[in-house]
Amino acid sequence: MIRRTFLALTGAAICFAVACQSAIADDKFIIVQSTTSTQNSGLFDDLLPKFKDRTGIEVRVVAVGTGQAIRNAANGDGDVLFVHSKPSEEKFVSDGFGVSRADVMYNDFIIVGPTSDPARVAGSSDVVEALQKIAEAKAPFASRGDDSGTHKAELRMWKAAGVDAAASSGDWYRETGSGMGATLNTGTGMGAYIMTDRATWIAFGNKADHTIVVEGDPKMFNQYGVILVNSKEHPHVKSDLGQTFIDWLLSKDGQDAIASYKVDGQQLFFPNANDGSS
Amino acid sequence: MDSFWSVFGGAFGLVFALDPDLMEIIGLSMRVTLTAVFFACLIGLPLGAAVGAFRFPGHTLLAVSLNALMGLPPVVVGLLVYLLLSAAGPLGPLKLLYTPTAMIVAQMVLVTPIVAALTRQLVEDLNREYSEQYASMGVGPIDRLTSLLWDARYSLLTVALAGFGRAVAEVGAVIIVGGNINHVTRVMTTTIALETSKGNLQLALALGVILLLIAFFVNACVMTLRASAARAAYA
Amino acid sequence: MRDIAFDLAAAPSATIKSTPRDVLLEARSLGFTAGKDSLLNDVNLKILRGSRTLIMGPNGAGKSLLLRLLHGLLQPASGEVLWQGAPLTRQSRRSQAMVFQRPVLLRRSVLANLKFALSVRGWRGKERSGKIETALASAGLSHLARRPARVLSGGEQQRLALVRALACEPDLLFLDEPTANLDPASTAAIEDLLMDASARGVTIVLVTHDAGQAKRLGEDLIFLQDGSVAETGSVDQVLNTPQSEPVRAWRQGRLYLGPNTHSMQNHSRRML
Repeated sequence: MIRRTFLALTGAAICFAVACQSAIADDKFIIVQSTTSTQNSGLFDDLLPKFKDRTGIEVRVVAVGTGQAIRNAANGDGDVLFVHSKPSEEKFVSDGFGVSRADVMYNDFIIVGPTSDPARVAGSSDVVEALQKIAEAKAPFASRGDDSGTHKAELRMWKAAGVDAAASSGDWYRETGSGMGATLNTGTGMGAYIMTDRATWIAFGNKADHTIVVEGDPKMFNQYGVILVNSKEHPHVKSDLGQTFIDWLLSKDGQDAIASYKVDGQQLFFPNANDGSS
Repeated sequence: MDSFWSVFGGAFGLVFALDPDLMEIIGLSMRVTLTAVFFACLIGLPLGAAVGAFRFPGHTLLAVSLNALMGLPPVVVGLLVYLLLSAAGPLGPLKLLYTPTAMIVAQMVLVTPIVAALTRQLVEDLNREYSEQYASMGVGPIDRLTSLLWDARYSLLTVALAGFGRAVAEVGAVIIVGGNINHVTRVMTTTIALETSKGNLQLALALGVILLLIAFFVNACVMTLRASAARAAYA
Repeated sequence: MRDIAFDLAAAPSATIKSTPRDVLLEARSLGFTAGKDSLLNDVNLKILRGSRTLIMGPNGAGKSLLLRLLHGLLQPASGEVLWQGAPLTRQSRRSQAMVFQRPVLLRRSVLANLKFALSVRGWRGKERSGKIETALASAGLSHLARRPARVLSGGEQQRLALVRALACEPDLLFLDEPTANLDPASTAAIEDLLMDASARGVTIVLVTHDAGQAKRLGEDLIFLQDGSVAETGSVDQVLNTPQSEPVRAWRQGRLYLGPNTHSMQNHSRRML
């Protein structure tokens, strides 16, 4: 009964809303399913106006976790997928949801922690050793715990360190189950170590007394890929406009635009489309 | 705490700077919420009044359902509307996902049960007072419904306000179906969520203060109207 | 079974139209129960067209209940109500109207209250505004037409409720203690309106506690005690020479506690 009432309400709601929709006349836009890290760092705010200037195409970014972005794109709710979890991206393509995948850029993961540094890891460039020290000291560590690209990368690091962090969940290992920003807010609030992407950290406004404690480990490489959603699976996908966006991202013009984006004088993303790594 | 008070200064600074982006966001917030509340009232008022004024099979179940639906979690509504409007969903061809219309739909679904349930309560009380007079006059069901709604009109303003409050402050549903797309579906609450996730807590709080001021203004207008009606013994 | 039929000869008013006084409303062995309690028991009566009938009795006798059953607002547990010889329907109720002890006025202006009642009966436009003007003037409320009905004084509110009922041109008007909360002047105004309506041929059935009002208004009287008819007759006859113990007790201001007990003597009050 509740369900039927709900459906009736929703149905009626949609009928009215459709009837009154002020139609968005300009159809020259694409929807990009992407991650919070690209949005929170401000990259899109810098990049997309440049793209629109050159092509007249408006890019509408839906910024969610990598896992959700991939699910949304698989539902056909987007023309382009722009995320950072290579294994999931490759599965997305092999499942037929995406046309092909291309590397765009990378940034790197870092570990930030309180200046008091209870686990004595500051200045390290060895993530495995640092995580082991944190586990030994039972120093608080805030994890995304949300199946996002960053979370998956973090789990790979714990595995490499041979620590079963999940066993201490609720003790010193704290899973926030939320986005990068929320996890940073939580982590800085409780004086915990946090693994984050550098871009989000640099642009983050609530650093409290936290600083970067671990950086520069090649394992912490964070690759971004871009995929055109397959129009064979979802015929309404705007393949032409989407491909235009992808082509521009991979072009010299696009790559230069990525490289030139700086916050506080620091470059956040490093274009690598032409390294032939994919 | 220093930064706590500077937030309010920051909020006023933002308002008086008339930042075009902020104005756009406030405008969209109001457009979405007011439209959603309008249509929620269009459905919820007659529905609630009918449940309040008439007895029919399933009446109690419907009344209880409406009350229960008042507690719908916004995120759940967001997900259900997302699944309906998604390209893979039954209403995908309408291409409403990630548009203000989708946000209006989600807020409507959230607010309609509130409007209907509160209306039912008000109308039921009023009907208790009027029902013998109506029966004596031989008032038909349609006349009875419209008459009850009309006589409860000033009390129903409070109902619409409750719906407005719920809709304007809601973030869980609109961020899922709207996508928080800059210049397209970014409203006050999703901006606050975004700025919070960027760690810009002061800006987020300042936006919250602005939202509160808007809600305060709307409430003050309606309450003034209602107070003058009460003096005329219409409420 | 006590049948009451009031005949033409009893009519004192010369202004009554000379149409034959047929039976307008009839109750046959009417009963009403709430749970196990029998609140009304085997009531039989006939209301003649154009008559003025008073229903009296102590608190809890079932007067208001009887009025609601006669009007069809409640369904009897047993027996039936006949309107001009046929069972009561919603349509026949439209030929009746009722004024309640506390006037039920819509949260609108005086004018809008009248408008609503008349549009329910299907009147529109000029015809309706004409009737509204007449009604307002008859109640002395013309200058208050734009006022919210619920800020009027108690007397004005009840006058409005009465002319609203009369504006619908009912054949029969029920009134449930319409002046119970009013001062003497407001009571007199209501009584005048009632006598005017009666003179136009409207049949009146009125519940009252006020013996003075009964004498001023009534022709016929039905006295109820504990859900049954205790005594009937003309007002003067019943009040001045009561034949039954319940009426005698009531006239002497005593509580009547049933056929097997003596009435409480120490409650004696006024005698009219």
